[in-house]
Amino acid sequence: MRNIWTIFKREFSYYFVSPVSYAVLFMFLIVLGLIFIYDLLGAANSGQAPVVEQWILGPFVTLALFLTAFITMRLVAEENRTGTMELMMTAPVREWELIVGKWVAALGFYLVIIGATLIYALIANAYTVPGIDLNTLFSAYLGLICLVGALLAIGVFTSTLFSNQIAAAFSQLAILLGLWLVGLPFQSQTGAVADIVRYLDISAHYYDNFAQGAIALTDVAYYVSLIVFFLFAASRVIESRRWR
Amino acid sequence: MIEVKGLTKRYGERTAIDNLTFHASKGEVVGFLGPNGAGKTTTMRILTGYMPASEGEGKVAGFDLMTQSFEVRKRVGYLPESVPLYPEMTVMQYLDFMSELRQIPSRQDRVDEVMEMVRIADRADSYIGNLSKGLRQRVGLAQALLHKPDVLIMDEPMDGLDPQQQLEVKRLIREIGKEHTVMLSTHILSHAEELADRVIIIKGGKIVAEDRPERLSAQRAGGGRVHLQVAGDGAGLVEHLGALPGLSQVRAVSDGTFEIDTLPGADVRGAIATSVVTGGWQLLELRRDAASLEQIFIELTGAAPASVSESAAADEPAETPAVEEGDEHA
Repeated sequence: MRNIWTIFKREFSYYFVSPVSYAVLFMFLIVLGLIFIYDLLGAANSGQAPVVEQWILGPFVTLALFLTAFITMRLVAEENRTGTMELMMTAPVREWELIVGKWVAALGFYLVIIGATLIYALIANAYTVPGIDLNTLFSAYLGLICLVGALLAIGVFTSTLFSNQIAAAFSQLAILLGLWLVGLPFQSQTGAVADIVRYLDISAHYYDNFAQGAIALTDVAYYVSLIVFFLFAASRVIESRRWR
Repeated sequence: MIEVKGLTKRYGERTAIDNLTFHASKGEVVGFLGPNGAGKTTTMRILTGYMPASEGEGKVAGFDLMTQSFEVRKRVGYLPESVPLYPEMTVMQYLDFMSELRQIPSRQDRVDEVMEMVRIADRADSYIGNLSKGLRQRVGLAQALLHKPDVLIMDEPMDGLDPQQQLEVKRLIREIGKEHTVMLSTHILSHAEELADRVIIIKGGKIVAEDRPERLSAQRAGGGRVHLQVAGDGAGLVEHLGALPGLSQVRAVSDGTFEIDTLPGADVRGAIATSVVTGGWQLLELRRDAASLEQIFIELTGAAPASVSESAAADEPAETPAVEEGDEHA
């Protein structure tokens, strides 16, 4: 556990000296800010209540699809490339501790971005009578954190496969898009197969339930299993040098 | 401290190291010598617990390499060949990070102590990315010493350093070698000769010789070589010296400079000097070839020793080119 904390501290602080992470932060805040202003003006004209879950968190999810890779691609691939992995693996650190520490750091950085979006919720709440639906807001944020956690776990996993960051980023995107679109052909079908495939859809759990204010155990379980699966796979990849 | 038996590592079809058996006792500096691609790095990676051997067994600091790798890693300090570090951290941050991973009590004191030891304290707040190769080497060494390891393993610690820095690192290694078991690899003979209590010469993954450096020199089959320089062009000197007993060949290298191959046995330098002077030549220089281990190395490994500037061994050992040039001058 102590090693996770040590790894976390190093990786998390790295995000605040890395230009890439500032670029990601900037992208999120500029795009979401513009959307928010546009929606707010529209709502003022039409007299509708602002829906933060749709205005902010919806676009956030779409952005996260493309921007989680920039945060995770470096994590292990860079250590593979520079050889620091060799030092890490000859120190008394377990593979899973290294992986979990790095994933928690990436999640920590995303929590900073997610936290920054709360400003929009506060503004929307202040300009609305009697205020926005906080239950739905909470549920949507919880879902967002679960979803982002899963996206980052996939990113950490693909980062272990390469010593090239770009390769790591693109393979993460490939897996993400696969999980994003897997349910599409089965949208209006019924039957066990369609149900299972639809369950695999990574965004449906968020859009259909969390964003609507419904927190269901199956949705939480889905994201948690994705996280555990990919972090486990990542540890095994690092460990695999011992089998070769 | 290090005890390995029948260590073998295969990468698919290729055997990188083949049935290595050796040991290193406490307080001993062992030099691991071999041409690039001989299996030095592979052996060291196995000893540090980075990867397992395909066959064989080994104990480092009293713990089994295969089953107690975690315990081994706690007690081994490792300086990998390329000295991998995090360029975005300062020296202080990095050493603090590594000592936290190694769970060292009163971290700050130990980091200060080690920085003092390798003389990097004045650069504590410099970013590692801005440091010269020599300074980075010292940071790598500091990292390897943080936890007072029982065994210190260094892969090509002198590679890429200028002579001044090499002196510094040698001084450090000698100091460290008094208390710790040190194993260092090099493809530069004079380093092994100077530093190691014992030398293990390895070729194509196999040990071809193992002994104290001076005993290896003594065991050598061939004779030595003497360099001679006289004033002027030294005309007629080759014929003059040819009459001396104990010499196998005299060659003129350039005007006034000669190389003399000697037969094994007595030191003939005195006889040569006398002969040159009584012959009427002015003797400017007479010295025995300093790299006496070099001949053994060439004889045993069939490869010319690499020059300092040559790039370091690849990650995975490649086949050693079998250049038979050992007796070229004989």
